[in-house]
Amino acid sequence: MSSDPHHSIISGLSSDVLEHTEVKVSKCYQCGKCSAGCPLSEEMDFPPSVIMRMLQTDNPDLEEKVLRSFSIWVCLTCEMCFARCPMSIDIPKMMDYLRERSLKEKKANPKAKEIVAFHKSFLDSIKYTGRLYEIGLFIDYKARTLKILDDLALAPKMLKRGKLNIFPELIKDRSGVAEMFKKSSKKNNT
Amino acid sequence: MTLGFYPGCSLKGSSREYAESVLAVAKAFDVEIEEITDWNCCGATAAHNLNKELSLALPARILSLAEKQGLKEIVVPCAACYSRLTVTKHELSKDPLLKATVIEANGLDYSGSVSILNIIQMLDKYITPNLGGRVVKPFDHKVACYYGCLLVRPHEILKFDREEDPQSMDILMLKTGATPIDWAYKTECCGAGLSVSRTSSVGRLSGKIIEDAKDRGAEAVIVACPMCHSNLDMRRDAINTFLGEKVDIPVLYITQALGLALGIDRKKLGLQRHFVKVTV
Repeated sequence: MSSDPHHSIISGLSSDVLEHTEVKVSKCYQCGKCSAGCPLSEEMDFPPSVIMRMLQTDNPDLEEKVLRSFSIWVCLTCEMCFARCPMSIDIPKMMDYLRERSLKEKKANPKAKEIVAFHKSFLDSIKYTGRLYEIGLFIDYKARTLKILDDLALAPKMLKRGKLNIFPELIKDRSGVAEMFKKSSKKNNT
Repeated sequence: MTLGFYPGCSLKGSSREYAESVLAVAKAFDVEIEEITDWNCCGATAAHNLNKELSLALPARILSLAEKQGLKEIVVPCAACYSRLTVTKHELSKDPLLKATVIEANGLDYSGSVSILNIIQMLDKYITPNLGGRVVKPFDHKVACYYGCLLVRPHEILKFDREEDPQSMDILMLKTGATPIDWAYKTECCGAGLSVSRTSSVGRLSGKIIEDAKDRGAEAVIVACPMCHSNLDMRRDAINTFLGEKVDIPVLYITQALGLALGIDRKKLGLQRHFVKVTV
């Protein structure tokens, strides 16, 4: 990526965001409502309004910081920012794009390791069975994160209440679903 | 007319009491329900966080199966699945190029003809108009109706109720004999998909919700989403740790509270499956 400002205006991250999500970061006038209403902003390295400002600058160093930020992963897509934005900027949709891009460029924030691992374990689970298999998800997640002891006490309590299936539910057209994964991940890192 | 049913994964596993209570209430009013055959997971948070194309392809397959089955209308009780399916239908209808990538590339037959109802819309359409005289055990409690995020947002796409002070669940609960309270956390996020990967965040977010409900005298929290339920119920230890006290307000699905008012057996509504004992 060039550091020439004129070049980055046409090829920077903000224009990629626009192309893929129709979100125009230039519309943001920094009122801060998104950050004020965001339930996770206190856990973020940059609250949503600051992410918007960083993207507006078209500065490659700041764009890099956005893609490597913890913010984009701890965002829960609760849609509160979008609901309150006076300019109706679809920040959650933009966050989805930034996450996908960050993963593709292998820039996911190390602090987000568990969050990314959980999403990957979740998708792996449905890739093979078509439906979520909760025990399989837990085992896969623990293997990825080595968080062996976390939530270990939860499983027997769930079993006792009939909330865990011992065996996965297998759909018939598993190859159809697997094919969908294959097609969509060609362009992706999932 | 037969109403299609997309349970989604949670309703077959950790939230099976939601499915049990939905079906019990539907049965009590002779609403004919037909599950979509060979349905798959909607992809949930994971798919739209990591892979946009997949996050549309998975729900598109579900909607395509519903069409093939001749269903005109489906109920999706899980708020997260409801959101994914509705967003997919919306995105595919407005972007022909995207539709080509998702539908044609995956060889799906999809016209976008199925209408998607969330649980409140389903109850308002098929149950509440016939409620008169059926409430035999009024749910005479102060309740905090908790809508969460995905049932009401984004309004641009869902076009259902108000985004920050929704009323539909409160109105429904009034009809069961309950007293819905006015409170501040109706649509604040519970922590949703971070339940496993960042449980402490869930303890904080869900803790604030339970705390406000308690401070305003709620005897039960009413929900319409399995993720909200599991965070507020199954994660009560993390919540109590955050709050520094033991709060034992139970969390009920709207169909469980309604079922109780209709006099349906507690076991048939799956109340024994909760972590926080249902004392109401």
